[in-house]
Amino acid sequence: MTALTLTNVNKTFGKVHVLKDISLEVEDGEFVVFVGPSGCGKSTLLRVIAGLEDASSGEVRIGGDLVNTTPPSKRGIAMVFQSYALYPHLTVRGNMTLALKQERQPKSVIEDRVAKASRMLDLTSYLDRYPSELSGGQRQRVAIGRAIVREPKLFLFDEPLSNLDAALRMNTRIEIANLHRQLAASMIYVTHDQTEAMTLADKIVVLRDGRVEQIGSPMELYNNPANQFVAGFLGSPSMNFLPGDLLQGGDERTIGIRPEDLFLSDTGALTAQVSHVEQLGGDTNVIAHVQDHQITARLFGQHAIEAGDTVRLGFDPAKTYAFDRDGQRVSPT
Amino acid sequence: MNKARTNPFNTLAMHGALIFYTLIALFPVFVILINSFKTRKAIFREPLALPDADSFSMVGYQTVMKQGDFFLYFQNSMIVTVGSLFLVLLFGAMAAYALSEYRFRGNMIMGLYLALGIMIPIRIGTVAILEMMVATGLVNTLWALILVYTAQGLPLAVFILSEFMRQVSDDLKNAGRIDGLSEYTIFFRLVLPLVRPAMATVAVFNMIPIWNDLWFPLILAPAEEVKTLTLGSQVFIGQFVTDWNAVLSALSMAILPVLILYVIFSRQLIRGITSGAVK
Repeated sequence: MTALTLTNVNKTFGKVHVLKDISLEVEDGEFVVFVGPSGCGKSTLLRVIAGLEDASSGEVRIGGDLVNTTPPSKRGIAMVFQSYALYPHLTVRGNMTLALKQERQPKSVIEDRVAKASRMLDLTSYLDRYPSELSGGQRQRVAIGRAIVREPKLFLFDEPLSNLDAALRMNTRIEIANLHRQLAASMIYVTHDQTEAMTLADKIVVLRDGRVEQIGSPMELYNNPANQFVAGFLGSPSMNFLPGDLLQGGDERTIGIRPEDLFLSDTGALTAQVSHVEQLGGDTNVIAHVQDHQITARLFGQHAIEAGDTVRLGFDPAKTYAFDRDGQRVSPT
Repeated sequence: MNKARTNPFNTLAMHGALIFYTLIALFPVFVILINSFKTRKAIFREPLALPDADSFSMVGYQTVMKQGDFFLYFQNSMIVTVGSLFLVLLFGAMAAYALSEYRFRGNMIMGLYLALGIMIPIRIGTVAILEMMVATGLVNTLWALILVYTAQGLPLAVFILSEFMRQVSDDLKNAGRIDGLSEYTIFFRLVLPLVRPAMATVAVFNMIPIWNDLWFPLILAPAEEVKTLTLGSQVFIGQFVTDWNAVLSALSMAILPVLILYVIFSRQLIRGITSGAVK
C-alpha cells in the first residue's frame, strides 16, 4: 500500500507558481527526504501534504484516501516543526496528550502511548516540566514525542535539526533513524542539508524551483544523477564542473568530476594552482584553480601541500559525468 | 558590563532625574490627597501644609457620602470602564488576529480603515452619536457609554495587537491545527496568552481616558442613576461656589481604583514595552 500519493500537485500564491506539477509516491514504511536549496518549494510541499495549505490543483492521497479537502487534524498525519512549536503553557505531558484529548481517546490509551513514547525518547523524568525549562535537544524530542503518540499514518518533519548545534544534530539524526526502524512508519523529512538527506533517506526527492529534479535512493542519485543540478547538489564537497573544451578541444559539454575521484598524479591531465588547503586529518581537501576554474580535490590521508603549489591531478575517465548545455546528463563519450 | 552603567556619578544623575520627575508627577496627586483631609479655611490658608490636629477634617468625605449616591457613581464608572475594556480587548484582539493571520481580499484596506480611527477624534461625531443614541433609545444608559468607548478604543487596539500577533510563531498555530484545535481554541489558548503584554498595554492606554472622561457622560448619560464618578463630582463645582473639600475628597477616592487597576496591568506593561527590545 502507498502511504502518500501526489498527482500533478500545483500551488500558486497569486501569480507566483511555487509548486509545478509534482507527482510522487511514498511507500508504506518508507523514509523519504525532500531536499533542495532554500526557496525550492520543499516546505510548501510539506504544508500542502499536511493540509496547512491547499493545493491549487492536483490530488493528495494519504493511505489511499483523497484528502484535498480534509482538515489537517483528520488526515492521520503528525508534524514536527523546525521551531519545535511546543505549547508554552502546557507541560511536556500536556503537549504530548493534547491531540489525543482532542480526539477523545480514552484515558488508558493516552497513558499507554505517553508512557511508550517518553520511554522511547528518554523523556520520562521530564514529563511535568514546561518547555521553557528544557534544553533545545529535549524540546526537539518532546516535539517528536508529540508526533509519535498520535500514531499517525505519515510523519512529517520540517527541517527538525536546523536549530540544533552540530554535535546534537548528529545524535538526533541517529535517533530519528532508529525511531524510523522501531516504528516502521512512513516518514517525510524536509531539509536543505544534503548530508541529512543522504544518511537518513530510503528515497530522496530533489526539488528545484518547485519542480522535481530527480527521485531515487541516495546511491542512485549519487552514482547516476539525471542532471547537473542533482550532481552538484549531492555529495560533499560538491562535484567539480569543467568545460569539456579544457580537457579535449572542441567539446561543448560540461564535464563533472567528484572531488573524491581526483588523485595526485605526475601524468595527470589537469595542472592546477593550489589556492587553499583544508587538512581534516583523515582527508585533505585541496582547493585549486585550473585556469579560471575552481576545483576541489578530496585526497585520502594527509598531504604536505600548501597554497601556491602547483599540482597535477588525474582522474578516471570512466568516473566522469557529462552534461549538455541545458544541464541534462549525456553520454560521456 | 557597560562602563557608563557602573559609573557611580552616572547612576546618581540617572536616579536623580528619575526621582525629580516622579516628584513632579506625583505632586498634584499629593496636594489633592492632603487637602482632602483639611478644613476649608486650612486649604486656602496653607495649601501645601500637611493636615494637623487643628486643620484635620473629614467634612469633605462626609459631604460626598451624604450628597448624591457616590457609591452608585462609583459602580457606574467601574461598569463602564471594565465593560469597555473587555469589549475593546476582545474585539480588538479578534480583529487583529484575523488581519494578521488570514489572507483575504481587502485585508490591507481593512487594516488601514480600522487604523484610520486613531487619527480622527471620536468627539467630532458627538452630535451624530447623540442622535443615534436617541433613535435607539440608549440615551441615559450605561450601554451608550460602553459602546462609544469601545468604538473609541478599537482602532489603537487593533493597530497595536495586530503588530504583536504577527510575531506569534506560525509553527505554533499550525501545530495546533494539526493537533485538531479549532481556530477559536488556537486564538484563545495559544495566541492570546502570548500577546498578554500587548493586551495590558492596550488596556492601560484605554482605561485612564475612559475613567476620566466627562464629555460623553455629560452628553449621553447625565441622568442621576447612570452618572459616572467624574460627572458626579461636578455637582460640587458651581458657577459661584465650589465645595473644595467635597471635590478634593471625591477626586481622592476616584484615583484609587485606577491606581489599583494600573498596578495590576503595569507588571505586564513593562514586559510589553521591553519585549521588542530585549529579545
